[in-house]
Amino acid sequence: MAHEHEHKLAIFRGTLKFKSNIHKIWGVFVILSIVTIIEVVLGIIRPAFLLENDFLALKLLNWIFILLTIFKAYYITWDFMHIRDEVTAMRRAVVWTGVFLIAYLVTLLLIEGDYIYEVFNNGYIKFNF
Amino acid sequence: MEATVVQTGTEGKTWGGGDSPLKASYGKLMMWFFIVSDSLTFSGFLAAYGLSRFKFADIWPIPDEVFTHFPFLHGVEAPMYYVAFMTFVLIFSSVTMVLAVDAGSKMQKGKVTFYLFLTIIGGFVFLSSQAWEWATFIKGDYGAVETKGGEIIQFLDKDGSRVALDDFAALATTPRTEHTKENGIWYKKEAEFYPEVSLDQVKAGFLANDNLLIRIQQKDENGNHIVLSRAESISKLEKDGQLIVKGANLRHNEYGHPLFADFFFFITGFHGFHVSIGVLLNCIIFFNVLIGTYERRGSYEMVEKVGLYWHFVDLVWVFVFTFFYLV
Repeated sequence: MAHEHEHKLAIFRGTLKFKSNIHKIWGVFVILSIVTIIEVVLGIIRPAFLLENDFLALKLLNWIFILLTIFKAYYITWDFMHIRDEVTAMRRAVVWTGVFLIAYLVTLLLIEGDYIYEVFNNGYIKFNF
Repeated sequence: MEATVVQTGTEGKTWGGGDSPLKASYGKLMMWFFIVSDSLTFSGFLAAYGLSRFKFADIWPIPDEVFTHFPFLHGVEAPMYYVAFMTFVLIFSSVTMVLAVDAGSKMQKGKVTFYLFLTIIGGFVFLSSQAWEWATFIKGDYGAVETKGGEIIQFLDKDGSRVALDDFAALATTPRTEHTKENGIWYKKEAEFYPEVSLDQVKAGFLANDNLLIRIQQKDENGNHIVLSRAESISKLEKDGQLIVKGANLRHNEYGHPLFADFFFFITGFHGFHVSIGVLLNCIIFFNVLIGTYERRGSYEMVEKVGLYWHFVDLVWVFVFTFFYLV
């Protein structure tokens, strides 16, 4: 009863195709490693122009880190957890639920954190909360 | 036979039962169900960490200055390398896990055994690395003084590099004796820190060394901690200094705000707990593979389900890595 799953072997929207599932696993490993190395190198050098420039109240360097993290999370979920091979309904049930709830939670808490920061700096409380 | 079977007339229709629209087994669906809810738990922790960090945006410790150690390299500043190594260990153990799942779907018992074994080794390496990381963080390195207001002040020489308390404290002035219950008026023991030097020795040593300065938690516009002038440093230490702090625990943290240590211990600890559970599950299915349970069952789906959990642990680490060490 060994059922071979039908694996989708193309990544990067079909531009990179692998011969077999094992090839794809190693390919994804190489991609994840390259991204991690880029993150570590950026984390050690911390280029000044990325630290000095902001976009939507967040340093460019932090944007890069967060986007690369989401990139890595995508490939771990899609290829290691092979959600790429699941039916669309299941993929959406898992991914959309998580993404929307987490985005909501993070937005609320970060706005609240920034508000408390403002209270500290412009209010009467000097340091502790 | 046919006479006993009740025909409902709905066979093959959507609501006729026996249909699995998601094309996944019960166990696999439940594992995904668990993963979604557990990812919300972790998001809650990380978002709370984000709130505290935004709250203390200009006094938060700089991770590059906190995690600078690498095993067997004493006194070498090596930020990031160790945690990068840990990340690679976990990603690689994810790769061996997915290779085991792939071998399982082809019913190759030998390969499943081999790759699962590598995955378990990877899990143990990661857990030991984390234990070392914790031990280093708890032990601390330079030591600092906590002020009456709960701020942390650290000591620098005139080149701007950190100086350990033991190196400049005037040890000859008064010997440090441990306070015990028997010697007290009330049942009060020594504070939780029992440092080798006392605050008076640090104060005396600081006054005697003209090239020492104090660095406070507040940051300038470039994101570096502000260094006080000599005169300001002396008055800060004399006026506000209250407690010697070495290393980190849940209440005091020589690297900066105690919340940094609290969240570090709680989130990496909770993640490490997940890794331990993952290693345990991997061990159980490893022995089941060895004794041929899944071979007899005719399916290695259990390896796939545990694999999902193991990849999830890797997924969480990717975020912990970013938010504790990079951002």
